Amino acid sequence: MSWFWSNFDSIWQLTLDHVELSIPPILIGFVVSIPIAWLANRYRASRGVLLSIAGLLYVIPSLPLFIAMPSLLGTKVLDPINVIVALSIYALALMVRTSADALAAVDGDVRQSATAVGFSGWGRFWGVDLPLAGPVMLAGVRVISVSTVSLVSVGSIVGVSSLGNLFLDGYTKYFPEEIVVGIIGTLLIAVVFDVAIVVAGRLLMPWTRSTRRAARRARSATARAVSAS
Amino acid sequence: MNQFIAAFAWIFDPAHLSGANGIPVRVGEHVVYTLLTLVIAIAIALPAGLAVGHTGRGKSVVVQISGGLRSLPTLGLVTLLALLVGFGLLAPLIALVILALPPILAGAYAGLESVDRHTIDAARAVGMTEWQILTRVEVPLALPLIIGGIRSACLQVIATWTVAAVLPLGGLGRYILDAIPSLDYSEMLAASILVTVLALVADGVFAIVQRIVTPRGVVAGRVQEVRVKTVRPRSVAGSNLPDRQSS
Repeated sequence: MSWFWSNFDSIWQLTLDHVELSIPPILIGFVVSIPIAWLANRYRASRGVLLSIAGLLYVIPSLPLFIAMPSLLGTKVLDPINVIVALSIYALALMVRTSADALAAVDGDVRQSATAVGFSGWGRFWGVDLPLAGPVMLAGVRVISVSTVSLVSVGSIVGVSSLGNLFLDGYTKYFPEEIVVGIIGTLLIAVVFDVAIVVAGRLLMPWTRSTRRAARRARSATARAVSAS
Repeated sequence: MNQFIAAFAWIFDPAHLSGANGIPVRVGEHVVYTLLTLVIAIAIALPAGLAVGHTGRGKSVVVQISGGLRSLPTLGLVTLLALLVGFGLLAPLIALVILALPPILAGAYAGLESVDRHTIDAARAVGMTEWQILTRVEVPLALPLIIGGIRSACLQVIATWTVAAVLPLGGLGRYILDAIPSLDYSEMLAASILVTVLALVADGVFAIVQRIVTPRGVVAGRVQEVRVKTVRPRSVAGSNLPDRQSS
């Protein structure tokens, strides 16, 4: 423990770096997935194409994608942007499928009723489809949050600072405690993010407040997203 | 683009096509490591996932465990186990099996959960034993999702064996980790291309398997959108048909 306290400042700095690298991919993945998911459900052909592209992007392994980024973006090899863009691609690839499925699962009768009471196409999407798809999308965001926080540490192999530095440093120094601190730190970030997302979901969607049916739906959505991730 | 040309030149350089550090050997190592990990992970996670999916007990536990395992950082687990268990293949193998469990577990569970309860009740009603229901009804119907779980586990394992080359191991990650200190970008990019191709091939193989194992009934059911149609009661003289439930 003495190591922990004497190095607290640098560990805290690495934690902040880790958080800074994790937030943009989660936000980008969530926000950008919405129009793409809409487009995927709009036309029969676009659905197959968009979901296939998303599936293929997710196939690319993380470390190779980090390394390929500089040649695609023209950045330097050690630039943090590489990691952020690569992780955004992953988050988006995973989130597009969840969002598309969530929007497609909105009850057709409800949509027709909304049209009947005078919603325009645009208004219905924001006022009816999106809120009803919300709980399943929330489960998807929780999954991309967890996987992003865990993948950020791989970036330390290509020289991008995060709690992953503790893994490499602890390994070369033969010092397990440092690695354990890194793992616990990563898990704590993941938990804090998860709680924040759930709370945001409760505030934005007060009607989902833990009915048993909602809990069941969310659980199976999570299982599906995890099995696809 | 020049960087990609240099990377392909690296791949097709005859010096890199043979020997103990040659591309065929490294690809072979990567494939063997991956298969070994998958076999062990399937042996553990599949029975557990099927048991939970069939009995319906411990659902939330499974989802939580698979979510929790997923948040473990790969690199941390690999390096920590290397220090605790010792160098060699065992430490990363344990770490990778742990990381391959969640998708397989979740796939098996989600697959069984997706089977229509009425189908299972019908199977029970015609006298099938629980084992028969599981093996002849639930698993065949759930097979696309079960294979889907194994598919994503496989991709994750291929990706993580690359990262695991921070330890003294073979596999394609060796090239990347060896090239990082000297910042030999064409070697790094070449190895990245090779790993990506390997992952795409594995994904393709699983896509084909998934298509083959899908029962014909499931395919037929998938083509048409299941839409609730209002059933118009036909007026048949003298009959008193009960209203069909629209569910």
